[in-house]
Amino acid sequence: MSHVRSSIRQKWVTNTTKYGQITDGISAPIEAKPNMLWLFFTAISGGVMLMGFGLIGWTFYKGIGAWGLNPTVGWAFDITNFVFWVGIGHAGTLISAVLLLFRQEWRNSINRASEAMTIFAVLCAAIFPLIHMGRPWMAGWFGPLPNTRGSLWVNFNSPLMWDVFAISTYLTVSLVFWYLGMVPDFASLRDRFARAGRKIASAVYGVLSFGWEGSSRNWSRFEIVSLILSGLATPLVLSVHSIVSMDFATSVIPGWHTTIFPPYFVAGAIFSGFGMVQTLMIVTRKVYKLEDYITLDHMESIAKIVIATGSLVGLAYMTEFFTAWYSGSLWERYAFANRMFGPFAFAYWIMFSCNVITPQLFWFKSLRRNMVFTFIISLFINVGMWFERFVIIVTSLHRDFLPSSWAGYYPTWVEAGILAGTFGLFMFCFFLFSKFLPVVNMFEVKTLVHDIEKPDHLKEKEAVAG
Amino acid sequence: MNQQFLLGKFWNPDTVLETLKKFKEENVLVYDVYSPFPIHGIEPYLNIKRTRLTVAAFIYGAMGTTTALLLMGLVFGVIWPMDIGGKPSLPWPSFVPITFELTVLFAAHGMVITFLIVGRYWPGKKAVLMDDRQTDDIFVIAIDKAKIENESIVREWLHQFGAHEVTEKEITSS
Repeated sequence: MSHVRSSIRQKWVTNTTKYGQITDGISAPIEAKPNMLWLFFTAISGGVMLMGFGLIGWTFYKGIGAWGLNPTVGWAFDITNFVFWVGIGHAGTLISAVLLLFRQEWRNSINRASEAMTIFAVLCAAIFPLIHMGRPWMAGWFGPLPNTRGSLWVNFNSPLMWDVFAISTYLTVSLVFWYLGMVPDFASLRDRFARAGRKIASAVYGVLSFGWEGSSRNWSRFEIVSLILSGLATPLVLSVHSIVSMDFATSVIPGWHTTIFPPYFVAGAIFSGFGMVQTLMIVTRKVYKLEDYITLDHMESIAKIVIATGSLVGLAYMTEFFTAWYSGSLWERYAFANRMFGPFAFAYWIMFSCNVITPQLFWFKSLRRNMVFTFIISLFINVGMWFERFVIIVTSLHRDFLPSSWAGYYPTWVEAGILAGTFGLFMFCFFLFSKFLPVVNMFEVKTLVHDIEKPDHLKEKEAVAG
Repeated sequence: MNQQFLLGKFWNPDTVLETLKKFKEENVLVYDVYSPFPIHGIEPYLNIKRTRLTVAAFIYGAMGTTTALLLMGLVFGVIWPMDIGGKPSLPWPSFVPITFELTVLFAAHGMVITFLIVGRYWPGKKAVLMDDRQTDDIFVIAIDKAKIENESIVREWLHQFGAHEVTEKEITSS
């Protein structure tokens, strides 16, 4: 690229000296016929997804009684899954928007896949509040529509209402940001398929590419639009999980009623999201042979963010615990003692060890660069962050103010199946994405290649011309 | 009307910038440059003004803010004021989250829609390509032939600055 660049600055793309190599490498999986391994995993995840949808249908048929909820524990698996999936989404926006504002070059090769992850995760999340209504065809009542229902308006004071606005804004803005970033890459694919004589594929990507031709005037606008979108998405991502946390924090339940929740939830969301990014990227870079674009240095940078956010989460756990004791409030103290030593203590300690202790191992450089180890830790983080939400929700509810109202909670197979179904949906979408769309942002990675060489097709032409 | 273009094709973005610098000095009017990725610092050579989409985004955002405040203010203040435990029926602090979300919603979508309209992009639009590799690894400098005085010297400069190919193309503009 044109600007002066120090030779000692880190290189984020390795073994690449031609722009064409990037287009070839990233388009290869799209151009190839789907292999058996891909078909197998897509079919499995699709099957699990269908099972999940079937169980959602069963829930509608039977009612919410098909779940293990009771009058005391009115929120459990579904809201846990909702918060879990929304949190997963946060890393994608963080990578694509916040790292763009900070001009971090390593975002360029992982932003596409993590934004895709965001969208699929938010889709999974959006299912849960809808099905928790039991009568999802009433969902339209969340809309602040003109008064045709007998003077019935939504309550704008309610954090649940804020959530409706936050999640729908987040989903649509992320979708637009993701799609816009893909437009130039669709154009590359359109022209590649046209050169290869594959007319149908070329026409499909042609429609998707909106007629992009890469003129400088449009690149100039495109870059400003991307920048402003990231400027908008950055506070948006912080607001979304803050609002999710206020679903709890504005209530009077001990264990929920704390002012630390918004920053604590945001840190946790980024932590869990980066855990999922690790899980997906380690597999993706290996399967699609993208090690030159998603290098070990990328994985190390992600691991560093995991240590930072994991430590923030750990600090939040301890602050919460300290404040409960320091407040002198009997209810607060009991709620936290109950979390650690009550009937759900196993969940608390799984959460604590997965989220606070295991990421600390990333202080060792050799472990940060060991992909098998990182993969295992990332699975621990995913599990730990799911349990965090379970601990916050279920342990705060199950021992009510009156001991006569105390209750336990066991998920039914329907709830467990729906959770599995959302994992199926998430993976199914991701598999389709990885096959039909460019997994790595081609045009942005091209800007990271320096010391460029003459393309092979020109050398061949010259050789023919003699 | 048909337009005749003189095309200089390059494989290195640095040489593109050097060529454009020369053309700027010699007052050769460049129609546009087509590249697989944005070339930073190209704007002054092509007389590209900073886009006003940022202003548009601000206006859309302000519209979002107004919509949110009007909606909530009207519902809670005029149409259906509620007395919940003696609290004020117009609780401004709890309007903040929705106001923020609608501001972002309007700004983001409004700006992107405007971008698509200004750049004349729509699904299914047929791209007019100067070179079939301009979205892959080739950079094209396009010059409107009607607007150059001495074509042969421009051709020579293009070759001199590293164009691997200099050709012509006729584009039928609608």
